[in-house]
Amino acid sequence: MEHEFHVAIAAQELTQIAGFPVTNSFVMGLIVLFVVTLFAIIVSSVTKLRPGKFQIALELVLSGYHKFIADNLGGREIADRFFPLLMSLIIFIFFANFLEFIPGVESIMWGHGEHAVPFLRSLNADLNTTIALALIAFFTIEITGVRRFGIRYFSRFFNFHSFMGFFVGLIELISELIRLVSFSFRLFGNIFAGGILIGVLTFFVPYILPAPFMVFEMFVGLLQGVVFSLLTLFFVKMAITEAEH
Amino acid sequence: MELESAKLIGAGLAVGLGMIGPGIGIGLLVGRAAEGISRNPDAYGKIFSTMLLGAAFAEALGLLAFVMAIVIKFV
Repeated sequence: MEHEFHVAIAAQELTQIAGFPVTNSFVMGLIVLFVVTLFAIIVSSVTKLRPGKFQIALELVLSGYHKFIADNLGGREIADRFFPLLMSLIIFIFFANFLEFIPGVESIMWGHGEHAVPFLRSLNADLNTTIALALIAFFTIEITGVRRFGIRYFSRFFNFHSFMGFFVGLIELISELIRLVSFSFRLFGNIFAGGILIGVLTFFVPYILPAPFMVFEMFVGLLQGVVFSLLTLFFVKMAITEAEH
Repeated sequence: MELESAKLIGAGLAVGLGMIGPGIGIGLLVGRAAEGISRNPDAYGKIFSTMLLGAAFAEALGLLAFVMAIVIKFV
């Protein structure tokens, strides 16, 4: 087959600055950061005391999620502490997935002939990004637990009181570490597979058919941001509740 | 057996077998959600959002198999 469908698992290198490789998803990351910052500045500058329709909708979403966090973690103070991180996760992941669909991503090429690589790559289709997000979530969860219980927090993993307790603690420890993998691979797999799905569809049926799938993938992008944030919330809740004996 | 053909068979098996579990899972999930909504139509919003969340989790497992198949085929 002449026009073989090509898939790259890892982000491709565009150039090097002082020995550091600059990949196409890194460029995309800069764009996402820029857009999120711009969105934040615009939204905060149009905020008024008498809100318009847009502001009411936004406030409904934000205060609704804040209330949900307060219900789950038990208290407005602790919700105030976690709300910025959890909401930022949703906004960042949503924008990163949403910008995948602007024309030019994955189609504008960099370089010549055989070595041409896409100039932009969907940010969450790079495992580095999702692992970074997973590490943020992981350390938030663990540090919250340590702050709540002190060194006693680790007694749920290393329990030497009984034979059974030791094994239960071991399983807890493993499932805690598995979270890193599941967090990062869930987001990566969804976005990467979505990109391939649309690529295959446009390969076979270039017109019309990919459009509804793109809408679906946008929805998946939002859903994955929500899932990531909710999971962080639930694991934080597990970390600050007393281990059962 | 050639390495290339073994890879193709492996990738096919990975996707095919890996999709069975999420398929059953999402089927059960949506079926139960429909049952719940038909019994209590007022709880539609809550049931539907919980169902979507669960479907996202079940789907993620299938996508994991899919990514593995891509890794087998292209790497």
